[in-house]
Amino acid sequence: MTLILSEEARMVRDTALDFFRERSPITALRKLRDDNNPDGFSRDLWRRMAELGWTGFLVAEDDGGSGFGMTGLAQVMEAAGRTLAATPLMSTALLGASLLSDAGSPDQKADLLPSMLAGEHIVALAFEEGARHAPHQIAVTAEPDGAGYCLNGQKTFVLDGHIADTLIVAARTGGGITLFLVPGDAVSRSRLSMVDSRNAALIRLDSVAVGPEAVLGRVDGGAGLLDRALDRARAGLAAEMLGSASEAFDRTVQYLKDRKQFGVAIGSFQALKHRAAHMFCEVEITRSAVLAAVSALDMHANDAAALVALAKAKANETLYLCGNEGVQMHGGIGMTDEHEIGFFMKRSRVAQASFGDTPYCRDRYAGLMGF
Amino acid sequence: MPTFRAETRAWLEANCPPAMRTFMPETEQVAGGKRAQYVRPEQKIWLDRMAAKGWTAPTWPKQYGGGGLTGEQALILEEEMQDLGCRIPLRGMGLSMLGPVLLEYGTEEQRQTHIPPIVRGDIRWCQGYSEPEAGSDLASLRTRAVLQGDHFLVNGHKIWTSNAHHSDWIFCLVRTDPTAKKHEGISFLLIDMDDPGVRPRPIKLISGASVFCETFLENVRVPAGNLVGPLNKGWTIAKRLLEHERKGIGGIAARNAAKFEVPLEAVAKRFAGDHDGKIADPILRDRVAAYSMDAHAFQLTRRRAAEEAESGAPPGPLSAMFKLQGTELNKRRYELLLEAEGFQGLGWDGDGFTADELRFTREWLRSKANTIEGGTSEVQLNIIAKRVLGLPD
Repeated sequence: MTLILSEEARMVRDTALDFFRERSPITALRKLRDDNNPDGFSRDLWRRMAELGWTGFLVAEDDGGSGFGMTGLAQVMEAAGRTLAATPLMSTALLGASLLSDAGSPDQKADLLPSMLAGEHIVALAFEEGARHAPHQIAVTAEPDGAGYCLNGQKTFVLDGHIADTLIVAARTGGGITLFLVPGDAVSRSRLSMVDSRNAALIRLDSVAVGPEAVLGRVDGGAGLLDRALDRARAGLAAEMLGSASEAFDRTVQYLKDRKQFGVAIGSFQALKHRAAHMFCEVEITRSAVLAAVSALDMHANDAAALVALAKAKANETLYLCGNEGVQMHGGIGMTDEHEIGFFMKRSRVAQASFGDTPYCRDRYAGLMGF
Repeated sequence: MPTFRAETRAWLEANCPPAMRTFMPETEQVAGGKRAQYVRPEQKIWLDRMAAKGWTAPTWPKQYGGGGLTGEQALILEEEMQDLGCRIPLRGMGLSMLGPVLLEYGTEEQRQTHIPPIVRGDIRWCQGYSEPEAGSDLASLRTRAVLQGDHFLVNGHKIWTSNAHHSDWIFCLVRTDPTAKKHEGISFLLIDMDDPGVRPRPIKLISGASVFCETFLENVRVPAGNLVGPLNKGWTIAKRLLEHERKGIGGIAARNAAKFEVPLEAVAKRFAGDHDGKIADPILRDRVAAYSMDAHAFQLTRRRAAEEAESGAPPGPLSAMFKLQGTELNKRRYELLLEAEGFQGLGWDGDGFTADELRFTREWLRSKANTIEGGTSEVQLNIIAKRVLGLPD
């Protein structure tokens, strides 16, 4: 495990920071929201991201990717988090690409990966079924049906689920969980309008018939695949949240220097200084945890899962803190829709609930550490 | 580096007495000095062997008796010592605070006079910083030093002079120009405590121990050559020494992870465990997990800072937070230990409690000083706000 970035990773970070600042500032998210954009992201932006190779970081070179790994992808996600950019990075570049790379048959890879890597094909992982993150509580069934399967049930909070070309559905089979590749238009789906203006969908599977070639990985072998994919997702989301927290923090510190009351900058008040210094510490500590998690995943370290739980928990806490303090320290202007600081707080709650909130991560960490 | 690691390990295995590869209670820490008392003879043997190699101060230059190791080699030595459970042979303010400052600001004569005895543990140093009216506002100190020909005449009253009653020398902040602004009239003096005008008096603390003293300075004559740095420019040195002090105090959490320390999780399981080895009370378990995770992330941050330093990056702002975070975590750890132990965590002495339980009670009380000494947590927050975030005064 290493906690400093390689030259290559730093280059990716710098490119990504410039890219999102120029092409997808928060005004872009606002426009998607105000236009009721049905996709919830810009397809043009996504194709440009694909051209930069970001869709292939978790795909091996033999399969057309670069195999650059989680550390590289985390740099892109952190930069995207700084501008709250709405893109299919999580659904397609992280979850979709890595699951196919991990478990896809040669045919499945040949069928899907080229268009995914080109930014032309969106993939979404459908696993949640309830209001709280519970990846092992799966009620959707896949009954044998001729040579194939028949899927029934409902999935919720499916990231990019309403526009996905392919869904990866976790379903209960005879002896465990199996992942299925399901065409997006084979299900009935509706977009859930979330407080962060980002994508999520409700998906109903009413006797959806799929062939045997739809099984991703082994029959009954989906739980392990899902666990590994979710750990990557937690680490990637933690990186994105670190970017959002850093940006909310930087903006708030700047505001403390600019805003004058009682004839002085409000940042001269100790009550605010101490809280700002506390936030600084939390952001830096979170950065260490995120770097450790992505590095451990790339190196297949034994403690990777515990480090991922740590990174997601710290990112949850820190973005919560910086989002809330951001609004409070901006005062009345922070309550307006016109000002951008509120977007960070809204995003924080959805990101916290995704892939494991803080109590979930603590429980997982304690279990992995043997207490 | 594999060679250095192998050689180091072989040397440690051959030279560290078995009695020095055991848990070291607070009472068996070696601080050296003319009045040093050794509970076990192996303490002195171990100290002398390590000092002869300069490994009591591994990174200090060889010409002053130090080990002359690179940062990476020193880290390997530390790792091998931890792995074998070797005790730290010598601790004290000479090693952790004064030495680095003398290496940076001292004259050649001062280095040659004072550094080798620190490395060998011959001289024990204490710190004359705080005064009854100068705590967090340290620069308002009033101990007066007047230059009279070839010596200073010093009068004043220092407080929280840890272990002054066991020390041989004291490094002091003194006011040499009472007319200048408060930061600009301070000098840094080295004072031999053999002078009859230096009188330390122990102060009994809430933990029952008396590690802290107040020290009276009455017409103490100090040779002018004991001035470190220029006259009236002592504040710069004072601040640098505080950085070293804070680094040491902030390292408390790291030391607790050392080989013999009882993990909080194990204590919580012993007193509040269930049959599958979990902490049964879900609320206690959640709080222990929250602490463990914060401590883990803090260790990762220390490691990141070390990796950044090794890679040659300029020192970043991370070190500013170590004192604050390390001490706050240490306090949290003791609070949780006591809570997990219930009544057993509240014993003062006697047979009703194990040695560990009694030790935790005293250490819990001692830990409260962590966020006060060397600059309070509130002062650390001020420093971060000003120097790192650039918030206005």
